[in-house]
Amino acid sequence: MKSIADIKAIRDKMQAQIVVRDKEQSNEIRIVVGMATCGISAGARPVFNTLMDEVSTRQLRNVKVSRSGCLGMCRLEPIVEVFVPGQDKVTYCHVDADKAKVIIANHIVNGNICTEYLIGAEE
Amino acid sequence: MRELSLNILDIAENSLKAKATVVTIDVTVDEDFVTITIDDNGCGMSAEFLAKVTDPFTTTRTTRKVGMGIPLIKMAAEQCGGSFEITSQVDVGTTLKASFGRHSIDRPPLGSVGESIMTLLPDIGETRLIFSYQAFGQTFVLDSDEIKQQLDGIPLDEPEILLFIKQMIDENITTINGGNVI
Repeated sequence: MKSIADIKAIRDKMQAQIVVRDKEQSNEIRIVVGMATCGISAGARPVFNTLMDEVSTRQLRNVKVSRSGCLGMCRLEPIVEVFVPGQDKVTYCHVDADKAKVIIANHIVNGNICTEYLIGAEE
Repeated sequence: MRELSLNILDIAENSLKAKATVVTIDVTVDEDFVTITIDDNGCGMSAEFLAKVTDPFTTTRTTRKVGMGIPLIKMAAEQCGGSFEITSQVDVGTTLKASFGRHSIDRPPLGSVGESIMTLLPDIGETRLIFSYQAFGQTFVLDSDEIKQQLDGIPLDEPEILLFIKQMIDENITTINGGNVI
């Protein structure tokens, strides 16, 4: 069973990678998941987890996943915002775990915005 | 909310927003109840605000006039024969305790507490988050300060670290439960 002692091993493995990340800080891509009560009850937590999982397995060192509060559009939750330096903010709505994977693959890795999930595409 | 752990995530966010330096989340399972206690030393609430905090039309939010977090956990607890109480004092902190009838058919499952804690951790900053799970005579405790000490400067919000912590919590809970779903 995993215990806190195992964290040391991960730390040692990561030490080298952190240096690389520090250099890339300036072009960091931010992915923000709305996580107020509305987001959570609509399924934001599995979305957040999937994004984290994908970022970890794909070793996307310049991507940071974080949470935000309510954006005032509760009926469109789960909402995911993507901030790529030098580009306009992209807002996805009604995201689920599968869509989150597609967003990582198409938008974050390959630079193609998933237009079918955009806010407004459904309306 | 489909899982009690989602309520935990939702309520604990309030504690972080209240600028607490210590937040403790405890889940205790006994013969009849699953009890969630979330305690913080944040800014607290005035008696006046506390009196209406379980009203869905009370919120600190400015984007709209509805606040569902506390009403939802209260409703979930009462629907399955449990109880709900919240105490708070300005500048001292807030304690929320919700008990859920363990054997009630209306009680949502506990779900992945690991996922909820993992989701909270990137935003804790300097706050100390202590999670404990007590059931069947065993206890599991996770202390964010202890983890930070082990990490020795590596940020807590590295995906690899967060995923490890999630697995560690869920594995320990499953082991304590003897593989049964709570």
